[in-house]
Amino acid sequence: MALCVPVLLLAACGLAEAPVLDPKGPVAMAERDLLFETLAIMMIVAVPVFIMAFVFAWRFRANGGKGRYDPSWSSSLGIEVVIWAVPAAIIVVLGGYVWVNAHKLDPFKQIDPDVEPLVVEVVAQDWKWLFLYPDHDIATVNELVFPAGMPLTLNITSDTVMNAFFVPALGSQIYAMAGMETHLNLLADEAGQFVGRNSQYSGDGFSQQSFVVRAVSQADFDAWVETVRGAGETLDEATYETLRAPSIAHPVVHYDGFEDGLFDRIIMRYMSPEGHDHSATTN
Amino acid sequence: MLGRLTIDALPLYSWVAMGGAGVTVLGGLAVVALLTWFRAWGYFWNEWFTSVDHKRIGIMYIVLAMIMLVRGFVDALMMRAQQAIALNDGGYLPPGHFDQVFSSHGTIMIFFMAMPFLTGLINIVVPQQIGARDVAFPFLNSLSFWLTAAGAGLILISLVIGKFSTAGWTGYPPYSGISSSPGVGVDYWLWSVLISGVGSTLTGINFMVTIIKRRAPGLILMRMPLFTWTALCVSILMAFAFPALTVVAALLGLDRIFAMHFFTNADGGNMMNYANLLWIWGHPEVYILILPAFGIYSEVVATFSRKRVFGYHSLVYATAVIAILSFTVWLHHFFTMGASANVNAVFGIATMIIAVPTGVKVFDWLFTMYRGRITFHPAMLWTLGFIVTFVIGGVTGVLLAIPPVDYLMHNTTFLVAHFHNMLIPGALFGFFAGVQYWFPKAFGFRLDEKWGVRAFWCWISGFYLAFMPLYLLGMMGMPRRMERYDIAEWQPYLIVAALGALMVLLGIACMAIQFYVSVQRRESLRDGTGDPWDGRTLEWMTASPPAPYNFAVVPTVDDIDAFQVMKERGTAYRRPDHYLPITMPKNSMIGIMMGAFSFVFGFAMIWHIWWLAVVCGLIMMGAVIARCCNDDAEYTISAEEVAAIENRRYAAMPGVAS
Amino acid sequence: MTMHTAGAHAEHGEDIYGERAFGFWIYLMTDAIIFALLFATYIVMLPGTAGGPGPDTLFSLPRAAGETALLLVSSMTFGFATLSMLAGKRGAVLGWLAVTFVLGLGFIAMEISEFTGMIAMDAGPDRSGFLSSFFALVGTHGLHVSMGMLWIVVLAAQVMTKGLTAPVKSRLFRLGLFWHFLDIVWVGIFSIVYLPGVM
Repeated sequence: MALCVPVLLLAACGLAEAPVLDPKGPVAMAERDLLFETLAIMMIVAVPVFIMAFVFAWRFRANGGKGRYDPSWSSSLGIEVVIWAVPAAIIVVLGGYVWVNAHKLDPFKQIDPDVEPLVVEVVAQDWKWLFLYPDHDIATVNELVFPAGMPLTLNITSDTVMNAFFVPALGSQIYAMAGMETHLNLLADEAGQFVGRNSQYSGDGFSQQSFVVRAVSQADFDAWVETVRGAGETLDEATYETLRAPSIAHPVVHYDGFEDGLFDRIIMRYMSPEGHDHSATTN
Repeated sequence: MLGRLTIDALPLYSWVAMGGAGVTVLGGLAVVALLTWFRAWGYFWNEWFTSVDHKRIGIMYIVLAMIMLVRGFVDALMMRAQQAIALNDGGYLPPGHFDQVFSSHGTIMIFFMAMPFLTGLINIVVPQQIGARDVAFPFLNSLSFWLTAAGAGLILISLVIGKFSTAGWTGYPPYSGISSSPGVGVDYWLWSVLISGVGSTLTGINFMVTIIKRRAPGLILMRMPLFTWTALCVSILMAFAFPALTVVAALLGLDRIFAMHFFTNADGGNMMNYANLLWIWGHPEVYILILPAFGIYSEVVATFSRKRVFGYHSLVYATAVIAILSFTVWLHHFFTMGASANVNAVFGIATMIIAVPTGVKVFDWLFTMYRGRITFHPAMLWTLGFIVTFVIGGVTGVLLAIPPVDYLMHNTTFLVAHFHNMLIPGALFGFFAGVQYWFPKAFGFRLDEKWGVRAFWCWISGFYLAFMPLYLLGMMGMPRRMERYDIAEWQPYLIVAALGALMVLLGIACMAIQFYVSVQRRESLRDGTGDPWDGRTLEWMTASPPAPYNFAVVPTVDDIDAFQVMKERGTAYRRPDHYLPITMPKNSMIGIMMGAFSFVFGFAMIWHIWWLAVVCGLIMMGAVIARCCNDDAEYTISAEEVAAIENRRYAAMPGVAS
Repeated sequence: MTMHTAGAHAEHGEDIYGERAFGFWIYLMTDAIIFALLFATYIVMLPGTAGGPGPDTLFSLPRAAGETALLLVSSMTFGFATLSMLAGKRGAVLGWLAVTFVLGLGFIAMEISEFTGMIAMDAGPDRSGFLSSFFALVGTHGLHVSMGMLWIVVLAAQVMTKGLTAPVKSRLFRLGLFWHFLDIVWVGIFSIVYLPGVM
């Protein structure tokens, strides 16, 4: 209930569509609720501060204030106990929140262990995103499509500097780092189109490094997979080398098929003994 | 011969860049011309540049901070202007240039505005608050200042020769590595931070020793003024956190110059180690910036409530707890790096715990006002503005300390709004309050209050206008550091933020007018007593401005509000039967020389002019050896001279019988 | 009353040499943090050999033991220099400082030969993250030892020209702290870098 007020207030500012306030999946929803619940709890401390600041300043003003002047009054055990204990109690409560929710909303944790998620491999490049669908043997650039209601597991790496994968409407961002793999588990409640982007500054094309996210019905997803399969081009080694060259505002591209083990190869190019490959990050 | 330096280093690539270079060069030339015109070189050289007097050094620190504040604020205006119009192709800055602007804004504001500002205030005030005649190591103090100035000089020169870093003020690799950022920009950032960082470490050591060893008789730790307490905690943080910055910057430099692999993508490099090392310095740094302001608020709120500070012991313990905890929370700057839920939760909870002592301090200040007689001097206005505004920043900080909330808000403008909401009220407002409060001590006359009040209202309204929209934009999913965007809903908020920046510009103008008006009317604003606000601590016992030795006779302290108690007992202005001679440190030109050569050294390292770097290195080593062999670093002010200075002071003091 | 009691403070009531020693201790602690972070970096980067040589193939225990012996003995000889200083024996101070310098020189020579040998077999600091962190840690220590040797020369010159005056003695005392500190750091390097590397 307490959440309604701030949400309504912000909605009134024309923010109703703001991705964080109007989440499209359970992860973002839980994170938003956590934000506003905590905000509400902290008002226990913040509101008295606002009131006291104004009331004390007014009552004890030298110029006509009504408050009693007592220049030697400088301690009070009761007040000291309250001002230590109340914030401490709130932090104990919030600490519990942190512990429970940091585990519940761990980005690496599968949303529903009983449901087989759709796995997509994600590669950050200068300045675009490559999505590999190992189960369907298709790949796309700057377009992430998946069935609504179906858990999504993203395995993420970078073929350039550090990036951060972020779809505000679905929640949780995570860094993409070369030679390493991070994971993100998301779910879209219903069909819709969102914006995803890199949130970690990475150079000239950073501001335009966004991608289309579409949650669709299972039937539409199957149809979309077929469309991608008809793309005609496969992502072989040569195509990949061309693709990874820096480019700004890269258009959406479809590939029907990609080289086996491409994702692991991208990670290993920074790990292997022969990894003297600096071209990866050369402009 | 000149390494990477060629004629292409001049900023001929855009009108905006040429404008910045032009203003920098003309500003420098104007200063030189003025000094020459007024034949002031000798005066400034003898009385200021080579001075080891903590008060002079403090003033020079603050002048440096003010210059860099303007420079950093111009960056802020440029960013706000860009984002206000940058819908689709609307911006006036290309990415490579916009990125330099946000990188230099952050670097300047942290390292070359806030750090010198607080170091300057500590310099002016702390020795006087503890009844000392100078710091423990006056020459080292001068050296620290000139190293900081050398770093600032490198930042300024980067506008004219070459380009600045585009890697942000944190310089995260691999982007800041040589393969992604082959130019000199990151090197400018690196060397200015390294050189000034050494200065900060030395300042930390200096003030730790000063506060622990040079307190007046009777001034036990639990009677120290709260500003001195925060200065002590900050000195400890500076001495023990800045080495981490030195290490991380040096390792990045080794990567860049010698092709090593600390933080590279390939060959065994590990960028996550950079994030850890940087924030092991970076989080204590936040409290290095904020704690001195807390100390200033404690002094101001008691003085202008004409009342003892409430909960002195709570305030001391809260300060110490904050200082200690600041070393235990660095990981919250990268919750989204993929650490395990256990690790993130532990650091999230540690972060939240800091909110407890911070909250306690806020309540202690409020209860200091309770049963007080509050006058709304500008210093007090800044304090009130801080209390109300800072709480908002604290609340958003606790939000961001919850890892899952951080997953949503990290790297967005919500984060930008949060840390500006901490550092502007939590540090800058405090420094401004400190200037309003201690200006008469440093210069002998008060500042005009009318313009001070105007500056406050412009700043605070500008602050809300500029940063509240950024919170909302974060909710809308807008990342930080965007040079352009294609979401039209964002634009109105960014326009409001830009208007806020203009409001702040008005505030800065009011401050400039305040200084001008006050200097004009200095005779009517003269402070003859040395105690314009009916102060409570020892710095108000000295003359305004103080004699070189501060205290002709070192006072004995037996209370927290030492000077207030002396005034009540009528012993505050009692004079001794005779004065004793006083030994003081001699001026030294080695400090400014080391600064100058470290500037050239840094410049040579940035442009790979190796021979010049070696020459400068040898000269600096020689200077250190020369200083190390000097046994004649002090002079004595005779008892007659001391008596003469004191007689003049007491003769001019209104209302005090000599 | 409060004023007069303070009169004794007017001259150098402050114990300036005590302050300098205290300040130097704090400096050493800041330096210890630098080394601690370099140790941490080394440990973090141990796996980052990038297919290049690792600790087991690079380090030789006899050499490391030799370096250790030189540095430990030099710490002892510096101790003798300090004892001679306290006894006011100028010649003995100079003699022990000379011995300490020579031992330090031997240490640096061994270290340089180790480094050049590694670089010659393509195991230089630019080979891998592991080697970068090794050279940074051990090299930083070596740089400190070199600075300490330069300082020994400067102070020996001061002892010769100025004699054992109070300021010179205070400087010698601080140099001693520095030299023993480097010994302690080396013990850390020996136990964390060389011993596990060859075992």
